[in-house]
Amino acid sequence: MIPRPRPERFRLRRTMMFMNAQKPGLIKDAYIYGVDSIMLDLEDAVAENQKDAARFSLYHALKTIDYGDTEVIVRINGLDTPHWQEDIRCVVAGGADGIRIAKCESAQDVKTVEEHTLAAEREFGVEEGRTLLMAALESPKGILNAAEICAASDRMFGVAISGGDFRKSMHVQMIPGGIEINTARSLMLLAARAAGIQCFDTMYPHLNDKEGFEAEVRQNHEMGFDGKSLINPRQIRYVHETFAPTPKEIANAEKLVRAYNEHAKSGVGVFTVDGKMVDIPFAEDAKRVIALAKACGVYHGDL
Amino acid sequence: MEIQKAAIAGTLESSDAQVSVEPLAKGIELSIESSVMNQYGRQIKAAVLAVLKDLGVENGRVSVVDKGALECTLKARVECAVFRSMGISDKNIPWGGVVK
Repeated sequence: MIPRPRPERFRLRRTMMFMNAQKPGLIKDAYIYGVDSIMLDLEDAVAENQKDAARFSLYHALKTIDYGDTEVIVRINGLDTPHWQEDIRCVVAGGADGIRIAKCESAQDVKTVEEHTLAAEREFGVEEGRTLLMAALESPKGILNAAEICAASDRMFGVAISGGDFRKSMHVQMIPGGIEINTARSLMLLAARAAGIQCFDTMYPHLNDKEGFEAEVRQNHEMGFDGKSLINPRQIRYVHETFAPTPKEIANAEKLVRAYNEHAKSGVGVFTVDGKMVDIPFAEDAKRVIALAKACGVYHGDL
Repeated sequence: MEIQKAAIAGTLESSDAQVSVEPLAKGIELSIESSVMNQYGRQIKAAVLAVLKDLGVENGRVSVVDKGALECTLKARVECAVFRSMGISDKNIPWGGVVK
């Protein structure tokens, strides 16, 4: 058995790659790709008559395979199905890091999953509070309730929008640039930041459209997402590169932090760097950039 | 546990195994077909028998078509087939109990 360390609520999650929990060929070596999190799927990827088999397969994979630093999240079936309760028992008993709640529409949905998660932790002797939660928002109702969903539990680390289902419910197709979904993305981002949790964009379904994928990743980054769902290992690298701070951003942040530290010592709260006004919030943001650069492995300075 | 009706779990995809079970009056009858029979036949047999023992299955005909499954996959398929044969594979699985 491979004991996993207690999951960190906030860690680097630029990429979350979906894997069908029913396919042994996929889940046995999912950790080799260098993705930040893997999302073992009990929901849409698993046929209705194989839900039971997928759980046995998932349980033993969780108990046997050493995923190392790769975070292991499991997407459970929706609360409107007969499967989710057993999914939670299996995931908690297997010791996964977290649960992704599919089709989440209210704070009550999060609380329901939280209750069953706690019950399963007690049943299987798992440390109470260990299992993290995230919610997938897939409907207009989910998006409009994003604020209460994000703040519904101390276990919540993030929210993600699920583009396929969301577009279906809005009667729209995928449009380059995202005019059909950007309002929802923005509302979700606001809710996530207001609650202090992370926010992830939907997967890009057209595997052979490299340009479209890259444009969407850049837009995600510009909008303020923490990461993106992926469906293929070859999508990982571009997201990691795009979400890492650039050398210019790092140099700028370093300069700000150093200047801030010097001025703080002498009791000055606001000052200028290269002709630009700097005060405490700028320094906080610069520290965040340095921390992100470190987490992405692109920081080589001494701060 | 007692195998009550014929049941099957798993697929013939690479890295998977397909396990079928059916009732038998007395004893275990195990047949194995594997793409890696020469290298791993004995381990596969030992793994399947160990799972059946953990589950308390003493009678049944069990057939395994292995496509290079890891032991954890093999275990999962045998357990699922046995639970399915009793019609109890959908809920209240004893995770960490006889399923270990």
